[in-house]
Amino acid sequence: MAYRTHVLVCAGTGCVSGKSYATAKALEGELVKRGLDSEVQIIRTGCQGFCAEGPIVIVQPDGVFYRTVQAKDAAFLVEEHFLKGRPVKRLMYTPPLDKSPIPALKDIPFFAKQKLVVLRNRGAIDPEKIDDYIAVDGYTGLIKALTEMTPEQIIQEIKRSGLRGRGGGGFPAGIKWETCRKAAIHRNVEPVVICNADEGDPGAFMDRSIIESDPHSVIEGMIIGARAIGARDGFIYIRHEYPIARERLQKALQQARDYGLLGKEILDTKMEFDIEVVQGAGAFVCGESTALMASLEGKVGEPRAKYIHTVEYGYKDRPSNLNNVETWANVPLIINRGAEWFASMGTGNVSENPWGGSSGTKVFSLVGKVNNTGLIEVPMGISLREIVFDIGGGIPAGGKFKAVQTGGP
Amino acid sequence: MPRLSIEDLKRIREDAKQAMNLRAGTARAKVTVHMGTCGISAGARDVMGALLKEIEKQNLTDVIVTTSGCAGLCSREPMATVELTGQPPVKYVDLKPERMVRILKQHVLEGRIVSEFALASGCETTG
Repeated sequence: MAYRTHVLVCAGTGCVSGKSYATAKALEGELVKRGLDSEVQIIRTGCQGFCAEGPIVIVQPDGVFYRTVQAKDAAFLVEEHFLKGRPVKRLMYTPPLDKSPIPALKDIPFFAKQKLVVLRNRGAIDPEKIDDYIAVDGYTGLIKALTEMTPEQIIQEIKRSGLRGRGGGGFPAGIKWETCRKAAIHRNVEPVVICNADEGDPGAFMDRSIIESDPHSVIEGMIIGARAIGARDGFIYIRHEYPIARERLQKALQQARDYGLLGKEILDTKMEFDIEVVQGAGAFVCGESTALMASLEGKVGEPRAKYIHTVEYGYKDRPSNLNNVETWANVPLIINRGAEWFASMGTGNVSENPWGGSSGTKVFSLVGKVNNTGLIEVPMGISLREIVFDIGGGIPAGGKFKAVQTGGP
Repeated sequence: MPRLSIEDLKRIREDAKQAMNLRAGTARAKVTVHMGTCGISAGARDVMGALLKEIEKQNLTDVIVTTSGCAGLCSREPMATVELTGQPPVKYVDLKPERMVRILKQHVLEGRIVSEFALASGCETTG
C-alpha cells in the first residue's frame, strides 16, 4: 500500500546531535497509536543543510518545513497535522522578513556535492574549546566504547565499517588494530598507538586542516583505538611546518587531560592512556611509518625493510598501531553511529570483507588551476569530473583541461 | 579543573549545547571568523582585530565573537560566518577589515545581509 504522506526526518550529524532519532521514534510511536502508520511513513534522510534549526522535519507532498522538532512535540504534531490535517504553525520555519538575497549554501556547486563526516565540525566549533566539541556530541563515542563495548567489539565494528587507511595505503584499519592487539597479547608487550600527522606531500593539507578545525575528533579516535588495542601510550607525530595545528593540538590535549579524558582512570573507569606530541624536523621520508618510528625513538629517520611488521615490532620493538589523522578522526562517528551507517557511504560491499570496497568519505585538498580551491570532503567513488568541474568549478578563464594529478607527489 | 565522570560529561554536553544555541541565550548574533592557516595567511587576524575593535567602540555586549577552523573554500578566505538569532548562518568571503566592519554595522546591527560579500546561507551537508 502506498503512503499518503512522507515525513522526512533529518538524520544528518547536526540533527542527530539535536536528538532527531528520538524525534523520529516518537513520531513513529504516535503514528502507531493513532493507527496512521500505514498511511504516513517516517523516513530518515541525509542532511538538509539547515543544521542551525535542527532537528528538521519535512512533510511531503505538503512541503511543510518544520524546525527544532523534539520528541515531546510528536504527539501534538501527529494529532494536528496527520490526523486533523492542520499544519502546526508553532513548529514551522518562518524565513526572515526581507527575502534572502543570497542562495543556500547547499545549492552552491562547491558545497553541493560534498558530504562532511570527518570535517563535520569544520567552521562550526571553536577548536580551542573542548566544551564546543562536547556540545556537538564529542566524546560520546568514547563513552560508548568504554561502557558498552569490549575491545573485541570495537575492533569488529571498525572492521565491518570498511574503514581503510586514509594516509594513502588503504589498509583496512580494523584488521591493523586486530593484528596489533593480538601481537601485544601474544608477546605480552605493551602496544602503542601512533597518529601520523607528518603530512608532507606538496599541496596536501587535509590533515592540517582536520587538526586545526577539530583536534578533539583525532584525540577521541585515538583513545577509542587505544582501548581496542590495549595501549597506554600514544604519540602524535606532527610536522614542524604546522605550528597552528600543533598549538591547537597541545591545547586540546591539555583540556582533555584536565577533564580526565586522558591520563589515569579515564571517565572514572580503569582505562589509562595519554598522548605525547612529537614534532618532526622536516624530513619528508618520516611520513613513512618505519622511518617515523625510528625518528620517534630519536634515531635517524630512515625506513627499514618491512618484512617485520610494525604492528608486531614497531616503536622500541613494541607492537605499534599507526594510523593517519583522517583515519583516527573517522573513528568516533563510526562507533557512535555504527558500521552500517559508515558502510552506506562509498563504493563496493564491505560486509564480507574490508577489501570488498571503500567506505565513507575522503578529504581532498583541491589545488592548482581550478576556479575553486580549498578543502573538500566527498563520498568515496565520486568521479574526478565531478571534483574538477562541479566542485572545483572548472578551469579558470575557460582553459582547456589537460591533466589532473591525484594522490601524493 | 576536576576530572569528570560520564555523568559530568553528559551534563557539560547539555550545558554547552544550550550555550552554543543562540535561541537559548540573550545574544543577538554570533560572528565566527575562520582561522585556519589559509584564513590567517589571507588576513583573518586583521579582520578579527577590526571586528573586535568596532565592537568595543560601539560597546556591544550581545554579539558573540568566536573563531573556528577553515570553512573549506580556501581561495575565498578570509571568511566569516554571521548568525543572527533564529536565522540561518550566512557565510561571507573575500573579507577585509573594513568589509567586516560594514557587515557588523549592516547585517548584525541592522539585519540586512551585505550581498556583495555574502556567499550563501545555511549549513553544509553532513553524513
